[in-house]
Amino acid sequence: MIITQKKPIEEVMAMVADAKTVAIVGCGSCATACQTGGEAQVAELTAVLEQAGKKVVATTIADYCCMNLGVKAKMKAVNATDPDCVICMSCGDGVQCVAKNAGDKPVYPSNNTMYLGEAVRFGVWEEACRFCGECVLGQTGAVCPITQCAKSLVNGPCGGAKNGKCEVNPENDCAWIKIYERLKATGQLEKLAQRREDKGYGDFAYPRTISLRGKK
Amino acid sequence: MSLLRDALESGKFGVTAEMAPPKGYDFAEQMEAAALLQGKVHGVNVTDMQSASLKATGLGLCIKLKQAGVEPILQMTGRDRNRMALMGDALAAASFGIDTMLALTGDHPVVGDCRNAKPVYDLDSVGILKMLSMMEESGCDCGGNELSGGAPKFYKGACVTPVYEPVFLQLNKLRQKVEAGAMYIQTQGIFDLDVFKRFMEQVDSMGIKTHIMAGIIPLKSAGMAKYMNENVPGIAVPQAMIERLEAAAAEGKEKGVKGLPMQLGMEMAAEMIAKIKDEKLCDGVHIMAIGAEKNVPVILDKAGVAI
Repeated sequence: MIITQKKPIEEVMAMVADAKTVAIVGCGSCATACQTGGEAQVAELTAVLEQAGKKVVATTIADYCCMNLGVKAKMKAVNATDPDCVICMSCGDGVQCVAKNAGDKPVYPSNNTMYLGEAVRFGVWEEACRFCGECVLGQTGAVCPITQCAKSLVNGPCGGAKNGKCEVNPENDCAWIKIYERLKATGQLEKLAQRREDKGYGDFAYPRTISLRGKK
Repeated sequence: MSLLRDALESGKFGVTAEMAPPKGYDFAEQMEAAALLQGKVHGVNVTDMQSASLKATGLGLCIKLKQAGVEPILQMTGRDRNRMALMGDALAAASFGIDTMLALTGDHPVVGDCRNAKPVYDLDSVGILKMLSMMEESGCDCGGNELSGGAPKFYKGACVTPVYEPVFLQLNKLRQKVEAGAMYIQTQGIFDLDVFKRFMEQVDSMGIKTHIMAGIIPLKSAGMAKYMNENVPGIAVPQAMIERLEAAAAEGKEKGVKGLPMQLGMEMAAEMIAKIKDEKLCDGVHIMAIGAEKNVPVILDKAGVAI
């Protein structure tokens, strides 16, 4: 899921400083799981805004703030309240999708979008994928060197591991030692000897669009 | 033609030193050390912002060394420059007659002194070697476009860390570096020749054919040795060496003589170099004096090694 973190409340309040009426759009998926845009956080932000003398004219929670059609339907009711601005409590994608459907109202984010990660236990999320676009997990024992190695090294480790830990952050295990151990455990160490073709970055100029409907 | 290539490929014992550009634009200290190294080594590695600590770029010092008659070895890391910038530097270096290089991945900016710098890592050490090999073979740049006047040829090197667990990972990457075009390898500093011998046997058993130069770090004090053991990956100074340095410090204090541990460090380095050469443990040595480059000719004299 997309891991988000709340912005400092001062930053959010500064964005809405000139607004008298505010609408809040939460997100029922990742941001709810991350406790950054679910029902409780929407209620919390509502209370803070009202305490600051603002009127919260609408609150809603889209199932997925990143799905245009669902957001479009939710925003009809929000727009009808004619707020001075909208605060979206989702990831950066959700904020942009909500903004597309907010007419002439400014839309502000309450969160910082951090990474694609895994909820390893309640309240703990680890970064897991950096969207490199050419998944190598099949060669690396399902341990991602692009994400788990601080240098995203694809041909093996640097010399910087100390006691199996990464020099960049000694709390992290060296990705390549993890890859080695996983391949050893699964009897696939020969995969380390396979050469990897460097595809470069020419095909990764963003923003990209994937369409199952043929060319855009 | 690369002086280091001439030495290693003709079976001579290769000797290289290492030098960092200044944190500033006055190269006087480096040039003083260079004058002492002239004729004593086959090349001087110029580091590429080692430990991610900002310095003048290595290409600048390489050009100065070349002009002063000392053969530079251009270290290239992938930390700060993408493939275009690296290849551009390689071409510029070649125009000054710089013909020897060493590829490294590079220390991450967050462990250095400009931690807000964006890490690049478009290519790692293997990638840099592959790119230069491709350039030499095809005469084309990293986009496949023809270079005017053809491609320069470099004597290409890389590094390896023998003290590493699991060592298979280092050996596997070493093999990839050699396949990517590395013709010589400098190791992280070694202090235990038995450990090094075992590493060399493993290199042989994997069928990796290259010229290996043992990394030598002359110790300056017991404190330095302990600090490196604690903080520098791949460094393991044996306790016996630390105790000798401590004894030298105590002796100096008693007699009121300064610099005994430093002298002992130089002697221990010289002993190792002599042993490596006499017992033919590998093809050469790479001396990393870490700011005390002026000591390198003295150490080589003590070891009885001349180029």
